Amino acid sequence: MKSFIEYIVSIFKGLWTLLIGMKVTGKYFFTPWKNVTQQYPENREKLVMFERFRGEVIMLHNENNEHSCNGCGICEINCPNGSIEIISKSILTADGKKKRIIDQHIYHLGMCTLCNLCVKACPSGALAMGQNFEHAVWDRSLLTKVLNQEGSTIAENVKEE
Amino acid sequence: MSEIKEIMFNSDRLATDEYLVNMGPQHPSTHGVLRMLVKLEGEKVLNIQPHIGYIHSGIEKMCEAISYPQIIHLTDRMDYLSAHMNNEAVALCVENALQVEVPERVKYIRTIMDELARLASHQLWWCVMGMDLGALTTFFYGLRDREMILDIFEETCGARLTVNYNLPGGVMFDIHPNFQKRVKDFITYFRKKLPEYDQLLTGNVIFRERTEGIGHLSLADAIAYGVTGPSGRASGFSNDLRKHQPYSAYPLVKFNEILDHRCDTLARYEVRMKEMHESLSIIEQLIDNIPEGDYAVKMKSVIKLPEGEFYQRVETARGEFGVYIVSDGKKNPYRVKFRSPGFSNLFALNNMAKGHKIADLVAIMSTLDLVIPDIDR
Ligand code: SF4
Ligand code: SF4
Repeated sequence: MKSFIEYIVSIFKGLWTLLIGMKVTGKYFFTPWKNVTQQYPENREKLVMFERFRGEVIMLHNENNEHSCNGCGICEINCPNGSIEIISKSILTADGKKKRIIDQHIYHLGMCTLCNLCVKACPSGALAMGQNFEHAVWDRSLLTKVLNQEGSTIAENVKEE
Repeated sequence: MSEIKEIMFNSDRLATDEYLVNMGPQHPSTHGVLRMLVKLEGEKVLNIQPHIGYIHSGIEKMCEAISYPQIIHLTDRMDYLSAHMNNEAVALCVENALQVEVPERVKYIRTIMDELARLASHQLWWCVMGMDLGALTTFFYGLRDREMILDIFEETCGARLTVNYNLPGGVMFDIHPNFQKRVKDFITYFRKKLPEYDQLLTGNVIFRERTEGIGHLSLADAIAYGVTGPSGRASGFSNDLRKHQPYSAYPLVKFNEILDHRCDTLARYEVRMKEMHESLSIIEQLIDNIPEGDYAVKMKSVIKLPEGEFYQRVETARGEFGVYIVSDGKKNPYRVKFRSPGFSNLFALNNMAKGHKIADLVAIMSTLDLVIPDIDR
């Protein structure tokens, strides 16, 4: 008889614990404005990422289409994945000297782990992390980018290599 | 009809065979690509043989070809839920080898980040633990709160999981101006939400029936298998490196090492729940007292370790994580070995789950809190 009563009591105790749990879920059911789901593709316009968010490596250009990369290759050495290739070319400066400058700063986004080491290592602060995170493309080759924009030149005040 | 009767009462024909079932590598409750060869008799588990290596990425070998600051971005990817602690282990190991003393500020930041990561990891574990036992709701509640920690990480470190924040000699960036406020907001918020966790799952009768007395791991076995972290502490194995071998700012804070002697699944669950409270109190003690100073010491651009062997261990959310570096004086390590907690914890599973039902196996595995890349690495 005693064990039977214990059995009945345990059933009600068990039900009570379930009700306590349902109280929590019920509370949110009736206060839907406390929900936190982001409607992602719809809120694209308003979605602002944090300023330090690492989405991709970009090269900073000013309004005159000038960057501050002198082609030293330090970022290439510092990248653990070989995602950066520096192709430099030599030009003749106005006073007749030979000078090596950056031709193409090639960046393979598909191989990049967004570790920030290249940005940190760059002595002239030419690189930065961009906030764009929508990187899906149809073809893998589109993930290889040239970071110095077409027709861009090196800014005046950058110290030489 | 007579045939059925014969089968039912003729025990010879009803005799069950032992049979082998593959659990995984694509099983939702193995939390990754883990395959277990389970020997069953009916529903009873007789033996478990884990087969690992499905996502082996050769991180230890890769480390031999890259420099010390570059190793850190790989340790993120082993136990991605304890990325901060893994990074810190490598950073501390290199700092100790070079005998670099980092500024106090760095120690404080590292400790706060560690505890936040531990909280985030335990929250996710709690979500998944509920989900494995059939309580899908917990998943949403846990992730909702974890989001706040990930936002803190994103704002200060620039990434949510693979943070790559610790460097030999300091941290990557200084803390964000909003950092302290956000963390304090989170603590007040989460203090209110933790009782909800208990109401939802801890007290639940179904949950308790399925965890109490299940998956017994004795103290002797826990030590023999090297089960560390909360799983070991639930067997009474006092192994918290934050207490026994304090690093960073842990010597400065007061907290309790949570021990439990019940050795079962429920004990492992409750140890983790209590650890969340401890983590909150550790962060609270530190967050207002972050000293001014540099966030990193200037290191040489090429870091070379002196010849020799170096070892550093830290407490991650899963247990003891060790980094063993053999250096021959070059800028790359000669050999790197990681001691990952998940690997040792996994192999105690057979001992715990033997004799239980296959559904209990899922519960026991949940409380081990396995992260597969941590095991395979
Ligand atoms: S981006 Fe910076 S580190 Fe890389 S080549 Fe240009 S100047 Fe050198
Ligand atoms: S972020 Fe890291 S992986 Fe990506 S290009 Fe820079 S150094 Fe290489």
